Amino acid sequence: MRVALFLTCVNDTLYPDTGRAVVKLLTRLGVDVDFPMAQTCCGQAHYNTGYRHEAEPLARRFADVFAGYDAIVTPSGSCGAMVRELYPRMGERARAEGRGDGLAATLAPVVPKTYELTEFLVDVLGVTDVGAYYPHTVTYHPTCHGLRSLGLGDRPRRLLEAVKGLELVELPGAEECCGFGGTFAVKNSDVSAAMGADKVRNAQSTGAEVLCAADNSCLMHIGGTMARLRTGMRPVHIAEILASTQEAVTA
Amino acid sequence: MSGTFVGMPAFPEAAREAVGDETLRGNLRHATHTIRDKRARAVAELDDWAALREAGKRIKDHTLRHLDRYLVQVEEAVTAAGGTVHWAADADEANEIVARLVKETGESEVVKVKSMATQEIALNEALQAQGIRAYETDLAELIVQLGKDRPSHILVPAIHRNRGEIRDIFRSEMSEWGRPAPEDLTDTPAELAEAARLHLREKFLRAKVGISGANFVVAETGTLVVVESEGNGRMCLTLPETLISVVGIEKIVPRWQDLEVFLQTLPRSSTAERMNPYTSMWTGTGGGRNGEGDGPRTFHLVLLDNGRTDTLADEVGRQALRCIRCSACLNVCPVYERAGGHAYGSVYPGPIGAILSPQLRGTESEIDASLPYASSLCGACYEVCPVAIDIPEVLVHLRERVVQGGPAVRNGNRVVLKPAGGHAAERAAMRAAQWAFTHPGALRTGQRLASRTRRLHPRTLPGPGRAWSGSRDLPAVPAEPFRDWWQRTRGGRDGAK
Repeated sequence: MRVALFLTCVNDTLYPDTGRAVVKLLTRLGVDVDFPMAQTCCGQAHYNTGYRHEAEPLARRFADVFAGYDAIVTPSGSCGAMVRELYPRMGERARAEGRGDGLAATLAPVVPKTYELTEFLVDVLGVTDVGAYYPHTVTYHPTCHGLRSLGLGDRPRRLLEAVKGLELVELPGAEECCGFGGTFAVKNSDVSAAMGADKVRNAQSTGAEVLCAADNSCLMHIGGTMARLRTGMRPVHIAEILASTQEAVTA
Repeated sequence: MSGTFVGMPAFPEAAREAVGDETLRGNLRHATHTIRDKRARAVAELDDWAALREAGKRIKDHTLRHLDRYLVQVEEAVTAAGGTVHWAADADEANEIVARLVKETGESEVVKVKSMATQEIALNEALQAQGIRAYETDLAELIVQLGKDRPSHILVPAIHRNRGEIRDIFRSEMSEWGRPAPEDLTDTPAELAEAARLHLREKFLRAKVGISGANFVVAETGTLVVVESEGNGRMCLTLPETLISVVGIEKIVPRWQDLEVFLQTLPRSSTAERMNPYTSMWTGTGGGRNGEGDGPRTFHLVLLDNGRTDTLADEVGRQALRCIRCSACLNVCPVYERAGGHAYGSVYPGPIGAILSPQLRGTESEIDASLPYASSLCGACYEVCPVAIDIPEVLVHLRERVVQGGPAVRNGNRVVLKPAGGHAAERAAMRAAQWAFTHPGALRTGQRLASRTRRLHPRTLPGPGRAWSGSRDLPAVPAEPFRDWWQRTRGGRDGAK
């Protein structure tokens, strides 16, 4: 199976540790993962802000770059949902605008081959115990697009529960949005900040050291709020927890 | 607080005030969380909820697809049952029709059943201008009217008020409108309800004209349906001699049997009840035409368009017309919970308002152009919607209309909308990002530049950047982007860290 990592532009630029963690984790599980250098951005920010036509070349590019792979794995629920849920919709809209089936046909092949990381682990590789060790108290925030668009369900939880040393504590109001929402975070900054502060307060109430999620853009917002409110809690991407091993911790 | 939404500022500015109001935040958090949890339990009781939701969606879509036919069927059935049907293209027409009908009775006051359509067209204000006083009889609408306030929720228009505030409004304002509240009124629910009951009772018994909306109109029989909790609606629908109902054209269902779906999904979604306490159904003037039965002797149905046909012309946006006004999307929305209903600048607040108002009114005003952005696209609204309106999809579609313009229908005419102003910098940034993302070399140069200058990066941003850094620290830029690490170490195979 030819497996490609679609890291996302945000992770590539700001969170390379998440990318390294995915590579380390998949390699440990026997997957030979490739990172096609031509990859950039799925176009989600464009699409969701109302620039669908500007997002189209990025979607075409994605389909082209990842065409030769059997599986495309991404450590982002929202970028995964962009491909799986919104690429088909982009094709339909182009058709409705009288531009034919071209875009739909170009995008169709990558749609079913794109997996969010926890989906790939649980559904494709069939593992929940990835041999990780992480001696910390962790609370898990299910990010909205992973939760509602992709329907990740309890996959992240099952993976975390199998991590040795990890104590998982329930996050009150877990399924409420953190308030990031892409450009929403700056267009409606007051409401976004209020949602973020409530999320952080709920996270703090658990007594956990770490708030874990499967989306670094949400964690950028939550973590930035945590730092500003001086909570002492850390935001950590689930890939970094799953990649962590006893040797790495004790080394 | 004024009684009108005209000239509202854009959503972010209106929301800022609400976010800073601790009392309001507390009222909203308590109320929305309570009803949200109860709704979840009420829905979970039904094994066939998904099927009911799908059925509701299909019935509504079918009706909207054949609305031309069903509207004529409604007119024929209502007329045959002794009612008179009027057609109103917009709010002004509807208001004129209603004012004329009231004047023809010789009356100068009316009692009202809670109705979104009459709120939408600002009927009370229009009647007042013609010397007719309209009394709201729904408890929450009464609170809003007495307080010279605006509704902030579809189902619970006074959700932004707590008990203490309601007592104060009753004590200071009831005497202006009729029977005063007792001097020693406390804020216990039973006392507040009793004060409202006594205040309203004299109006019910005196009124000769009632005005309502309708939750449903059954095309095959011409039957109107009002679903309510308090029984005040039943009073208004049965006691007066003349009944005038103002109903949006999207409220039609084809068959009586279709009600079996909505009378299950609406109460559970809105008040979390298995069945609402009062369901009133009437067909024309029933047996009362010759004075031998109960109920109004004269019945008028005003069918209201007011932007609905334009909305129906939009392939993506038309799903908003499925809405049965349950409010489940408001109660589950994290943005509504913080911003409150008034920030939406419309009688339709929350997620459904954010897609309905810019379609019914157009995207030209500042508030309407800002509403499609009043969402983090978390999708909780779509998840709870009993007619499966994909609100995030429509929000994004309307964002596109705001920033890119494009074809639309306004007042029945095909137009090409221009992009809205105020998005020039954003548009430039989006195009620049698109260019960088289609030129990976340029992207990489930018990433490296950011990495090399990272020690110089400020912790907070000036100007517009404060929208981020006012409440959140900026992420630290790493020493190298992932792609450089990948290339340098061949994906870690070289063992380098």
